Amino acid sequence: MVEKPQISSSMVSANFSSLPVILLLGLFSLPLLVMYAYLFIDTISDTEVGSLIPSEFTLRHWSFLWETKTGKPNIWLVTLNTFIFASCITGVILIVSSMAGYVLSRLNVPARGFFLAGVMVLHAFPSVTLIIAIFIVLQWIGLYNSLIGVILVKAAVELPLGIWLMKGFYDTVPWEIEMAGTVDGASRFTVWRRLVLPQIKPAVMALGLFSFLTGWSEFIMPQVLAPGAKVQVLSVYLASLIIDDNNFDFGTFKAVGVFYVVPVLILYVFFQKHLMNIYGGGSKG
Amino acid sequence: MRILLDKFSKSFGSTNIIEDMNLEVGSGEMLALLGPSGCGKSTTLFAVCGIHRPTSGRILFGTRDVTDLPSQERNVGVVFQSYALYPHMTVEENIGFPLMVRRIASADIKKQVADIADLVHIGDLLGRRPAQLSGGQQQRVALARALIRRPDVLLLDEPLANLDAKLRLEMRSEIRRLQKETGITAILVTHDQVEAMSMCDRIAIMKSGEIVQIATPSEMYKDPRTSFVASFLGNPPISFLKGKAQQGAFVLGENGLCLPIAALSGIPDGTTLSLGVRPEHFGTAGGIPVEGKVVFAETQGRENLYDVVLPDGSVLRSIQPVRDDVKPGDSVRWNLDSASTFVFAEDGRRL
Repeated sequence: MVEKPQISSSMVSANFSSLPVILLLGLFSLPLLVMYAYLFIDTISDTEVGSLIPSEFTLRHWSFLWETKTGKPNIWLVTLNTFIFASCITGVILIVSSMAGYVLSRLNVPARGFFLAGVMVLHAFPSVTLIIAIFIVLQWIGLYNSLIGVILVKAAVELPLGIWLMKGFYDTVPWEIEMAGTVDGASRFTVWRRLVLPQIKPAVMALGLFSFLTGWSEFIMPQVLAPGAKVQVLSVYLASLIIDDNNFDFGTFKAVGVFYVVPVLILYVFFQKHLMNIYGGGSKG
Repeated sequence: MRILLDKFSKSFGSTNIIEDMNLEVGSGEMLALLGPSGCGKSTTLFAVCGIHRPTSGRILFGTRDVTDLPSQERNVGVVFQSYALYPHMTVEENIGFPLMVRRIASADIKKQVADIADLVHIGDLLGRRPAQLSGGQQQRVALARALIRRPDVLLLDEPLANLDAKLRLEMRSEIRRLQKETGITAILVTHDQVEAMSMCDRIAIMKSGEIVQIATPSEMYKDPRTSFVASFLGNPPISFLKGKAQQGAFVLGENGLCLPIAALSGIPDGTTLSLGVRPEHFGTAGGIPVEGKVVFAETQGRENLYDVVLPDGSVLRSIQPVRDDVKPGDSVRWNLDSASTFVFAEDGRRL
């Protein structure tokens, strides 16, 4: 916002009005808004071919919620799978990277530089190129087509970013707090758990949300590593709707899409401030 | 409890910070480690509390060798320059933390925290968080946290550096009061000679990793061993005149200002010397008249401070009771008390 200076001089005033800016931004955002609006309207109405105006109201497209389509898993099982998938990834990433980040930031471990560089390289590495190898490994150890397998893989792929971010946040915590903790008689683990971790709570919160959203929207890994009906997640379910050339149902596809995106929107609305932390505070090398 | 550093050395990589330092702090004594920044005083402090391990040498608390003990097992209390309070905890939790990690019953902790909070006068602030406290209050919390588990040693790392001038004065006497009341052995690290002189029983003055002199504040002020010590103590600081020895007297430049000084008997003629004159020994009292020109005058309320340039260009400082008759630019003829001056050899050694 532009603050209006309180100096009483005819030369000094607010140097521009915010109204045109808002109008311009609104204008640019309009196409996006229209698209979202149409996405939703299309799921609860039928439209004549060639027309833009919906002609009648219907809940037909949302019927996937209460009746399981032939050849498709139950939507609620799929949703539960997605939820488990995203939550477990979040859990693994938070636990591992909050500890690993601390170690890399503060402890004098052997080969610390090597690990730091390794984390950086892994972060930059496109994980999709590994997918065939991972597929073979999972099949070998019997975790192919299981949620555990794909959770471990996805978490591992996301970990370098998490570790790096956590390290950046730990670096900002003053050393004196740790020194004070140790001379107060606390073990290094207690210092981490009771004194340092609480300092970076906002970052942990942000990383958690970030990981959950990444897990929620992940498609390639579950598609390749866990496509079975019992372990399907929403993104795979959604894709399967349009892969099927014979039963082409755009209405349902859109409805599932809306259903899929609603939790994300809710998370954003409630936690966007926390999420912004990840772009603001951390990642100092 | 007595603290003894025996041939203590510390180096970081190939940089030697401290070599073979010996220091003994008596039980219940408060000692200041005084020196310019980078002289190794904080390194010494961190070695005593176990954050740095000595490269060689021993550290003893009483008769117990703590050299290889981690800080958790040393029972020391430290007040850091930044106070290092835990921002997410209330004052009560901050002070109680050292007890909490020892798994003491929470009712006991509450009682002890209340006692120590009363001792440092923050009994009514226990529910607040550090961010809601003023600098002086944070300082008191840090002191309470350091004292609560009755440490063998209290270490203070520039505890007053972040306070404003008035609070600094208040906390100076406050810390000294607490140290006396608890009878704890304390080490104060500071670069401020006023703090060191006003708070401590003895001062160890350090320069590039070595202790130059250990003495009580007044001894050190009256009898500095080197010109470094003399220049570090005293405010306004001592001024130095460069000259030569001649027949048991100090001779300044060519014009022949001649000061007979007892310490100079037996020094060969022509030896280069420097003469330290404290501002209170140049003024109305004293035996030897010195002529010069006032170039700077500053009033401090009760006293005035003058800078006087002598004919050869060297400067003497003078501090005198307030007077209105001297202004910058005036020529004056003031007296110098030659018996109270210090003579130093070229290498800074006192003669």
